[in-house]
Amino acid sequence: MHYGGKIIIGLIIFIGLLLSPFAFNMGKAYKQPKLKLPAKEKKCVESLEFMRTKHMQLLDEWRDWALRDGKRVYVNHEGKEFEISLQNTCMDCHKNKADFCDKCHNDAGVSPYCWDCHIQPEGLK
Amino acid sequence: MKQNRRKFIKFAGAAAAALCVAPNVAKAASGGHAAPIMTNPKGLSAKRWAMVIDTTKLNTVEALQPLIDVCHKIHNVPNIDSNQDVKWLWPGSYEETFTEQLNPHLDDAVKGRAYALLCNHCDNPPCVRVCPTKATFKRPDGIVAMDYHRCIGCRYCMAGCPYGSRSFNFSEPREHFTEAELKELDPKFPTRMRGVVEKCNFCVERLAKGERPACVEASKGAMYFGDLSDPESEVRQVLRERFTLRRKPTAGTEPSVYYII
Repeated sequence: MHYGGKIIIGLIIFIGLLLSPFAFNMGKAYKQPKLKLPAKEKKCVESLEFMRTKHMQLLDEWRDWALRDGKRVYVNHEGKEFEISLQNTCMDCHKNKADFCDKCHNDAGVSPYCWDCHIQPEGLK
Repeated sequence: MKQNRRKFIKFAGAAAAALCVAPNVAKAASGGHAAPIMTNPKGLSAKRWAMVIDTTKLNTVEALQPLIDVCHKIHNVPNIDSNQDVKWLWPGSYEETFTEQLNPHLDDAVKGRAYALLCNHCDNPPCVRVCPTKATFKRPDGIVAMDYHRCIGCRYCMAGCPYGSRSFNFSEPREHFTEAELKELDPKFPTRMRGVVEKCNFCVERLAKGERPACVEASKGAMYFGDLSDPESEVRQVLRERFTLRRKPTAGTEPSVYYII
């Protein structure tokens, strides 16, 4: 094989780099981030499972309902009413964005741009 | 079973018909799904919101300043000391306000007044027509609203608006607040970000809670606000009794902000 040695060494380096993240994290168990849950409220707008997996869809729908349809009251599955507002409803209980939102978002490597405009409860610096 | 051409064509026809009908049947069977939302029963509603500004009472820059301050405060509008300033409510001269109603021998009192300028919430808004993303839209109650999530900052709306009611965020608006102002921001309302257009929203967020627009409340009776489609409303009564002008009537935009002269 022409340049065989170089090609094989290159391939080994390439595969090594490709697999390095797996090697780096081998043997470490994934630890779920510990969230600071609100003290004053035990139940969220919807069930825990729903909020965990679908909060982004809910927020997306909330935005359109409030802004476009002008309907700013949400009725949950238990018939309880909530004002549709990220800043005034969600963050009224979740008093700290860094202790709640950021924990999972950083862990999952997602960076939603909510806070480019919305003001987090801990204020701006 | 013996297959022949006649049977095959019959079967194909029946299958095609079933494919056409099936989705609609499925939709009808599910009964539709209504969104679990409603309007706040305490909120104010109208068919056509309108504002009347009494310029015999409210006519100096100093008198307008408290109104501007309260508007910009509750909506987190920064004060930028350049031609890139963001304005929701601002004072204008007679020439700037009524460009089509000029004459060289106008009453000095009328000509010398400062006029409160804001988004006219037109019946036929050119900004809505030109917006390529439908970030700006007209609500059923006549308010021309904006969805900042969707604005791409193309500024067609600014070119389309004949009243200069729209401001562009040329830079990150949060960088224009002083440290003290950042702490005093209204936590109930968002700021905007770089690259979006913004304007007066007739205080939709206050109307939804049953409050009147902040400038109307701060004007001490020099501004009227109500439903233009209701003949008994406060604005219709005042429009019947006093002489009013609207800005650039020939543009055909049908503004819903009226000025008592």
